[in-house]
Amino acid sequence: MVDVLIIGAGVVGASVARALSQYELNAVVIEKNHDVCEETSKANSGIVHAGYDALPGTMKAKFNLLGSRMMASFCRDLDVPYRNNGSLILAFCDNDLPRLAALKEQGELNGVEGLRLLTAAEAKRLEPNLNAGVVGAMLAPSGAVVDPFELTIAQAELAAVNGIDFVFDAEVRAIRKTTSGFLVTTDRGDYETKVVVNCAGVRADELNNLVSTRKLSIIPRKGEYCLFDKQVGTLVEHTIFQMPTELGKGVLVTPTAEGNLLIGPSAVDVADKDDVSTTAEGLAEVVRKARQSIVSVPTGFVITAFAGLRATERDGDFVIGEAPDVPGFYNAAGIESPGLTSAPAIGDHLAASIAIALGLELKKNPIRKRPGTIRFETLDTDRKAAMIRDNPDYGKIVCRCELVTAAEIRDAIRRPLGATTIDGVKRRARAGSGRCQGGFCSPKVIRILAEELGIDPLEIVKSDQHSIILVGFDKDDM
Amino acid sequence: MIQKDIVIIGGGPAGLAAAVAAHQAGNRSILILERDSVLGGILNQCIHNGFGLHVFKEELTGPEYAARYIRQVEACGIEVKLDTMVIDLTADKIVTAINEKDGLLQIQAQAVILAMGCRERPRGALNIPGSRPSGIFSAGTAQRFVNIEGYMPGHQIVILGSGDIGLIMARRLTLEGAAVKMVCEIMPYSGGLKRNIVQCLDDYGIPLRLSHTVTQIHGKDRVTGVTVAKVDSDRNPIPGSEEFVACDTLLLSVGLIPENELTRKAGIVINPKTLGAIVDESLTTSIEGIFAAGNVLHVHDLVDYVSTEAELAGKNAVKYVSGRLVKNESVAVVTGSGVRYTVPSAIHPAIAETITTIRFRTDNVYKDSYVSVDLDGERLQHIKKRILTPGEMEQVLIPRKWLSERPGLATITIKIEEE
Repeated sequence: MVDVLIIGAGVVGASVARALSQYELNAVVIEKNHDVCEETSKANSGIVHAGYDALPGTMKAKFNLLGSRMMASFCRDLDVPYRNNGSLILAFCDNDLPRLAALKEQGELNGVEGLRLLTAAEAKRLEPNLNAGVVGAMLAPSGAVVDPFELTIAQAELAAVNGIDFVFDAEVRAIRKTTSGFLVTTDRGDYETKVVVNCAGVRADELNNLVSTRKLSIIPRKGEYCLFDKQVGTLVEHTIFQMPTELGKGVLVTPTAEGNLLIGPSAVDVADKDDVSTTAEGLAEVVRKARQSIVSVPTGFVITAFAGLRATERDGDFVIGEAPDVPGFYNAAGIESPGLTSAPAIGDHLAASIAIALGLELKKNPIRKRPGTIRFETLDTDRKAAMIRDNPDYGKIVCRCELVTAAEIRDAIRRPLGATTIDGVKRRARAGSGRCQGGFCSPKVIRILAEELGIDPLEIVKSDQHSIILVGFDKDDM
Repeated sequence: MIQKDIVIIGGGPAGLAAAVAAHQAGNRSILILERDSVLGGILNQCIHNGFGLHVFKEELTGPEYAARYIRQVEACGIEVKLDTMVIDLTADKIVTAINEKDGLLQIQAQAVILAMGCRERPRGALNIPGSRPSGIFSAGTAQRFVNIEGYMPGHQIVILGSGDIGLIMARRLTLEGAAVKMVCEIMPYSGGLKRNIVQCLDDYGIPLRLSHTVTQIHGKDRVTGVTVAKVDSDRNPIPGSEEFVACDTLLLSVGLIPENELTRKAGIVINPKTLGAIVDESLTTSIEGIFAAGNVLHVHDLVDYVSTEAELAGKNAVKYVSGRLVKNESVAVVTGSGVRYTVPSAIHPAIAETITTIRFRTDNVYKDSYVSVDLDGERLQHIKKRILTPGEMEQVLIPRKWLSERPGLATITIKIEEE
């Protein structure tokens, strides 16, 4: 019997685990994929939203603001790339101007500070590449960008070093209410637990509906993105939004926390909760809409495209807290945008509720900070020289596009909940995330992974268990 | 800070040839910085033959071709640092590099030769829609796995792009036991050499589908197939022409990009057509004393031309170091109709070689057309070519006499004229 079973190791599950790990308890995170951060948390805009566009009084408004306010210091403690670059919301016609003013009022009602309406000229002073058709804008100075992978991974690592277990490749097959709690059946065994926290992303409705009569319904809403070479990462400084619509915040143009340029997302409801394929129409739409904001979006510099699924709940708000008819079953469901921003605050909130319910006590000396991987590329010359003296592996560049050293890759594998896959290395150490997209470094990363994990290169996978990369030796098929 | 006359960044075919030429021109302070653990660059994984016909008048494999130059570098006693990655280059020629043994090195060079080669264009550059499973490789990465590491990337292969590496890999994978189902090329002509189409596809019965592209990638964990469609003259897929082709691997051979990150760091001006530096006839970039040669300058079709180009850079770097590369008036080399780019972009008649080679590529396929050279509108050359294709590099030779006889000459225009 464990105290808490957290289902899902995306950013929400990791946030809950991190927050709970500060208490004395016995908790497990189960995840159906092979690593943390494998679904929506890896495929989103990476934005810390200021909090002006959620309707006042909603869960979204509340947690967005909490998340936005805590994010800077939180990312400092967890060594997560974060940059407070500010957001600009553009108006393209005079009809948009009153809507922009209303958005500002709404933001102020939500508690967002510093919102300011700008004339077109003021906006263009801030962002010289803005489309000539812009007639006005709102500046949200608290808007920021964050590395969504690191925000998830860092919290999971902190939870792990504080004693929370993570079990991967374990999809939930059934949940049964018992006299003392729940019996959760997974691909990798049964778990008896006092409390379940449902952080299952696009499948959170299915889990909730196994035990609660208050049915949830999540319709995955696909968002497609194009990511650009860092060479054009400074095309804009702020995150450039368009006026929000009922389908979402529209297509944005933004620098990422890592210094790339990102455009997207599209917004299309899909039937298949596994469908993260990109489409010709979706990508074309993203480019077309991005060009409404920034005409000079340099499509020749796209290095990859991807799609993610927003977990959009029918009622449009986050569903956070204990299911009213199932004591001990906590939901963090419908966590679509601004979910990334809100996640750490949602984690804190749910952990506090669960701690009260279970009478948990805070650990005497929990670990509160997490050192990230050292980014060799960002160090100054003297520090680089010193690092190589201490560990010659810092003198071996493996990924030439992002200048990632062998030492960083080994660290990504050796650290708590370390990488076991090519994508895992990519998300933790950036090897393969640059302009050649792993063309040069993947053979080397495979070799290092095989060596560190003590397995054969033929067993190395890209992400999921069946995503093998090499199929055999030369002439095997002859 | 270490002092060197000539630092060569890259120990592939360009860097090796430049080093040997610089040594032969008399310089004894040369350093080659190579990021791999062996010299030779990409030639090491090009185990097929067809190299060296122009330079050595015989047919060699890639490693054999590289070995000829490596032996010369060794015989000359030229200093080489392997496993050494250059991480910075400044306009005043300070080279910062790292390796395991020396740690961080800073070298003040008198001259620098850029010889970093090129890299393959990734899937993202094409924005092929679909899922993101394993089983998608650039052709060069697959070549490394098969030829160096001994691993097969897949059993059933579709290749997108008919660049030379894709064609070579079609044959290699067939010889290693895989089934290569087809090579798709979005253009109505191949981007590779004619001889490779014959020897790598035709000889093995592998279909080349011109004006076809991959419009969708299928498969969640591993590739399960691709949708192939015919494209119209604007390269847009034609509705109704889609065909599902089952495969577990998609190889991309969709173009090469000169690897000019360091060039940009130094503030050197890049030619948007070649994505390499803009150079004059001495292969000097926009910064005096920094030279570029080989695939970092423009993507070549044959390594032999890389070598001859790089020899010129090596020779001129020595001239520069000894103060013998003094420039005055220059003549602009202009791309006329049908010509996508030229290297060089300018010639200084006073210091040019007896004959300057202008290399260029056409922007389309031209049959029975003429390559013309105009000097300020005066046609001096008009050579008939049976066929010109963008996949093959062309050249014209400009005698210095033409230039010295025409003081005040402003432009040399290279153009393609149809009948």
